[in-house]
Parts: sequence; structure tokens; C-alpha cells
Amino acid sequence: MRWVSVMQMSVVAGVAAATFALVSSPRVEGQARPGAIPRLNGKPNLNGLWQAINSAHWDIQAHSAKAALAMRPGPVVPVPAKEVIAFGAVGSVPSGLGVVEGDELPYTPEGLKKKRENQANWLTRDPEIKCYLPGVPRATYMPFPFQITQSPAATFIAYEYAGAVRHIYPKDPGPAQIDSWMGMSYSTWEGDTFVVHTSGFNDQTWFDRAGNHHSEKMKVTERFTMVGADHIDYEATIDDPVTFTRPWKMSMPLYRRVEKNAQLGQFKCVEFVTELMYGHLRKEPLK
Amino acid sequence: MRIVGLTVTATVVLAIAGASAFAPQSPGAPARPPAAAKPAAKAAALPRTSDGVPDLQGNWTNATITPLERLRPNTPLVVTEEAARDEETKTRAAMELREQDSDPNRGAPPVGGELRKSPNAEPTYLERVWQGGAGTVGGYNSFWIDPGDRVLRVDGQPRSSILIDPPDGRIPALTPQARERVAQAAAARKSLGGEFDHPELRPLAERCITSFGNNAGPPMLPNYFYNNSYTIVQSKDTVVILTEMVHDARIVRINGTHPPASVRKWFGDSIGRWEGDTLVIETTNFHPNHGFRGAWENLKVIERLTRRDAKTINYRFTVEDPTTFTAPFTGELVFNAMAPGEMVYEYACHEANYGLEGVLSGARAQEREAAKKKTQPQ
Repeated sequence: MRWVSVMQMSVVAGVAAATFALVSSPRVEGQARPGAIPRLNGKPNLNGLWQAINSAHWDIQAHSAKAALAMRPGPVVPVPAKEVIAFGAVGSVPSGLGVVEGDELPYTPEGLKKKRENQANWLTRDPEIKCYLPGVPRATYMPFPFQITQSPAATFIAYEYAGAVRHIYPKDPGPAQIDSWMGMSYSTWEGDTFVVHTSGFNDQTWFDRAGNHHSEKMKVTERFTMVGADHIDYEATIDDPVTFTRPWKMSMPLYRRVEKNAQLGQFKCVEFVTELMYGHLRKEPLK
Repeated sequence: MRIVGLTVTATVVLAIAGASAFAPQSPGAPARPPAAAKPAAKAAALPRTSDGVPDLQGNWTNATITPLERLRPNTPLVVTEEAARDEETKTRAAMELREQDSDPNRGAPPVGGELRKSPNAEPTYLERVWQGGAGTVGGYNSFWIDPGDRVLRVDGQPRSSILIDPPDGRIPALTPQARERVAQAAAARKSLGGEFDHPELRPLAERCITSFGNNAGPPMLPNYFYNNSYTIVQSKDTVVILTEMVHDARIVRINGTHPPASVRKWFGDSIGRWEGDTLVIETTNFHPNHGFRGAWENLKVIERLTRRDAKTINYRFTVEDPTTFTAPFTGELVFNAMAPGEMVYEYACHEANYGLEGVLSGARAQEREAAKKKTQPQ
């Protein structure tokens, strides 16, 4: 099958290109102008509206563009799954160089098996499809802005997606009393870097739409380093001995939404998934 | 066409319907609304942020057993300390009675539910609210609920209602056009079928879209049930008010401007300004399904938060919509500091909403059973 082999070759080439691209770090470099960093009580002032601009929300690892995330075998080449055909190019996946250091996710064999199952069942398993809370760090690089409100008393992050929130304590309140979707967070400062330590997760959230997952034992350490008035160098270290054989790290720049009157919109998507989740329970389900 | 104003939570309905033992001792002249809050005794002693404005940050609760509206006509706003304590004692007795374990061997409640026994000659306001809120089919033991057990006291004055103006403590009548709107919405609602026919006909709280009643507001009102908790975090440009219920965060933009009228949000769009030591919040751009008593399109709510001392914020609100209410109305509440170490938790409602699925599947199961009976030979 000529077309298939051409496609396989291009996939190999794509992976090679992506691997090559990873040699240069995705961090923000060379832009740092320490004098330009706004400060608050002597520390960098992170207040404002921020957003990641990348395709990590599709897949945190390097990936080529493709017709759709949910695919099925076609007569010649794979084609979009029935459920997503109508989206056309709107439902297609943009390529990305990945945000994971080294591009490798050190899954245990069981962890990798579950990731592949998740991937094969994306439409029914991805918590984002049901408008569930995104978890951490996924909330950071959803294709929506988030707002940091910083004060000595607490730091609050409000995410536009699903109205997710994190109340970040300025001191470690001790172990989380209950598991939660967004975890329990406290902060420390390492010099000019704002470090957020989060634990107390459940095992229900994912890292992306590609089925990458974790257990309730996960601890996330995020580092927010301002490298200019409008840029944050963001790093997240994932430590989850149940799912991975070693801790691993992702990093990406965060950009300030600089437009005048920039403000957090409301994307309260619970209402939007009513038909998806409960339509079959109507007295007369829609045809 | 979007059907608006269909979903009213049980709590709101009960707040209207409930009559209570909240017993103002003697009918008297309706109280005048008290003058605006006096400046705090020692303004300099108030906690302040590094920007010099009052520091409103922390975890707060507005739980109270005082209803929004005066329950009896021609009764005063301010009740005696003795009457307030009596109401509190009766409420605690009711809570204690309901704290008992359920009998694991009891049978199903009768069709239509059953009223729980009350330790009081006349059920308190909260007991009436609970009876409506699923209480007639068992509902929660009081272990699970946390509605507060205190009469609202503003600057030490026990109150019989949250509303202070109009002087009768009742929400002003609807305008003729609002009455027509409500009637049309009710008719439209009726044409859509029974209350269990569609998920969209279930109350917003059951769908995990908002809390019960007007918890996140504005105006931010107690729900008389549980989790009347709020967290405030402040920066120079922003005041975030998180409502624990359904993790709804209002982001108040200081000196901001409202977006175009086409942008609608569930809790409206809030902008703020400091008037002396008072944070004044103006909210418009309400969502069609979550304004206040049928008002949304032209609804405006003004809230005034004044920190009184280490443990209290006085909260005053005015609701106005000349296309819905024949007059504006004003209420007063207190936000009390939660005890040190008491936390606000993640209320991930939608993610575990077995209730809505159960309610709808239950209705479908009943329909199947009814259909089966019909086809079976007698």
C-alpha cells in the first residue's frame, strides 16, 4: 500500500524533526531584563492575566499535526472517527514540539498501558470532554487565560476553563485533608522564583488530550520565574512513583495578555455538556 | 428562543413560602432602615494592605438563621436579644433532634414524604426550609448540614430579616411587565413537560451550575443549608471573592468598566471602587438564568463591604431593576471570620453528580414500570 508507506515515512521524518528541535530548549532565553520585572513587596509581581501559547493541551510530547485526535482505520489511510467528522479542519490537531524535558515520559509498564488505553478511548475518557476540573499542571496550558491574584496573605489562581480555582497558601498547612481535582497548594520563594507545591490530588485528571495520566500519589512542583514584565518561565516537576519510574519536568513560557481591558472570561462549561452527559436520560431522547 | 427564568431553587421558593416561629415579640411600627454603617471605631486599627486600603482577606461565612425577608407583616427589623436567643435555642434543639442516627430498619417514607418531628411548638424558619429541601423523604441528618445557628446581628442589633429597606422587610412588588414576563416564562415552562422530563428543567444547584439560592450572588446570601463559606484575596487591581459552593470565584476589577451588554456571566460582571474604607462593587451583565427573582437583563446590584474589626465585615447590598421591581431594595448582612484553621474546600459538584443522573433515571424507570402495568392483562 503505497500511501500507507508514504505516511509511515513522513511520521518517522516528523518524529526525527521534532527530536532535533528539542535540542534547543523551549525555555524563554535571552529575553531576561531583570530591571523590567515589576515587583511587589520586594518580590516579582505576578498579578495579571497569563496564558500559554502552545499545543501541549493536545499532547505534552512532540507530535505531528493530524486530521483528528479520534481516528479509525480507513480504506486507504486512517480517517477521523465518526463522532468528530463534522468538525473538519476545526477538529484537526496542530503539531507541537512538546514541553517535556527530553520528550520522554518515564512510565512504568502499567502506566504506559493505561496511557494507551486512555488514548484509544479519548472521547469517553478525557475528563476535559465532560468539563471536569482540569487538575495541575494541565490547567496552566489549557487554551484559555488564567488570572493570578498575589498578596502576602495568599495567592489565588482563577482559570477561565471550567471556572477552576486554586487557593495557594503562603505556608504549608500540612498534608491535604482530602483528595481533590485541583490539589492543595502552598507556596515558597526561591530567590525571585515563586514555587508552588501541590499534592492531595485524586487520580482522575490528565495531563493532556493524549491520555497522559497520573495517580493520587502525584506531587507537582511548579516554578514561576518572571523573565520580563510580560513573560514567565514556567516549569512543573511531576513526582509520581506509582505511574512513573522517576520524576520528570515540563517547561514553557507564559505570556501576559497585554491587550487593553484584558480580563478573565467565563467558561462555565458544565451547562455546555448537558446534552452529552444527560441527553440519553430525557423522557424522549433527541434523535 | 431562550426560555429564561425557569430555574428557581428549592431554597428560594421556601424562603418565600416559609412561615416561622421567628417571633418578634410585639408588632410595632416598621423600623426605619438604620443609617449607613458608622465608621469603625478606630479606623487606624483596621488591618490594611500595603496599598493602604482595608484588608478584606481571609475565610468568611455569612451563615445565619435570619431569613432574607421579614416573615410577618408589621414587625420590627430589630428584635430583642431575648427573642434572638430564644430562636437560637429552638434552632439548636431542632438540629440536635435531627442529629440522631437514622433507623437502618425503617421502611420507605410514605408517598409524598413525611414531616419530621419538631421539638418546638411551632417549627423554626430553618426547619421549614429543611422540610422543603428533600427533608420529607429523609434528607440529611443534621450532621451533614451547617446552616449556622445564630440570628443575624448587625453592630450588635439582632435582626428579624436581612432586608432593611423597604421598611416592611419584604421585596417590593413586581412591575406589571415583570409579572407578565414571569407568567410567560411559567407558561413556556409548562409547555416543555414535567419537571423530570429534561435535565434543563432541574434546578441549577442540582445540575451543579450554581449553589443553592444566591450564595455567590450578588447579592451574596446564605443558603440556610451548608458551606456558606467565602475566601477573599486582594491585590491592588482585583478583589477575588470565592464562594466555596461550586468553586465560583467573582473577580472584581477595581476601577474597571463593564463589557458590552451582549456579554453575560452567571454572577454578573463586577467592578469595584473604594469609597473611603468601603469597597463598593457594582454588578451588571447578569446571565438570563441566574439573576434575582426573575430580574437579569437590567439588574444592577450594588454591594458595600466595610471591614468593622478583626472578625467582621459588614455587607450591605442594594438591588435595583426598574423593569422588574417597583422599587429598589436594600439588605444588610455580616460576614464573620471563620475560626483559625477552618478551611475552604474544593466543591467539585459536577464531577460527582450522581444525583442528577439518579433523578432522571428514576423518572425513566417509573415511566417504564407504568407502561408495563398498562400492557399487562388485569
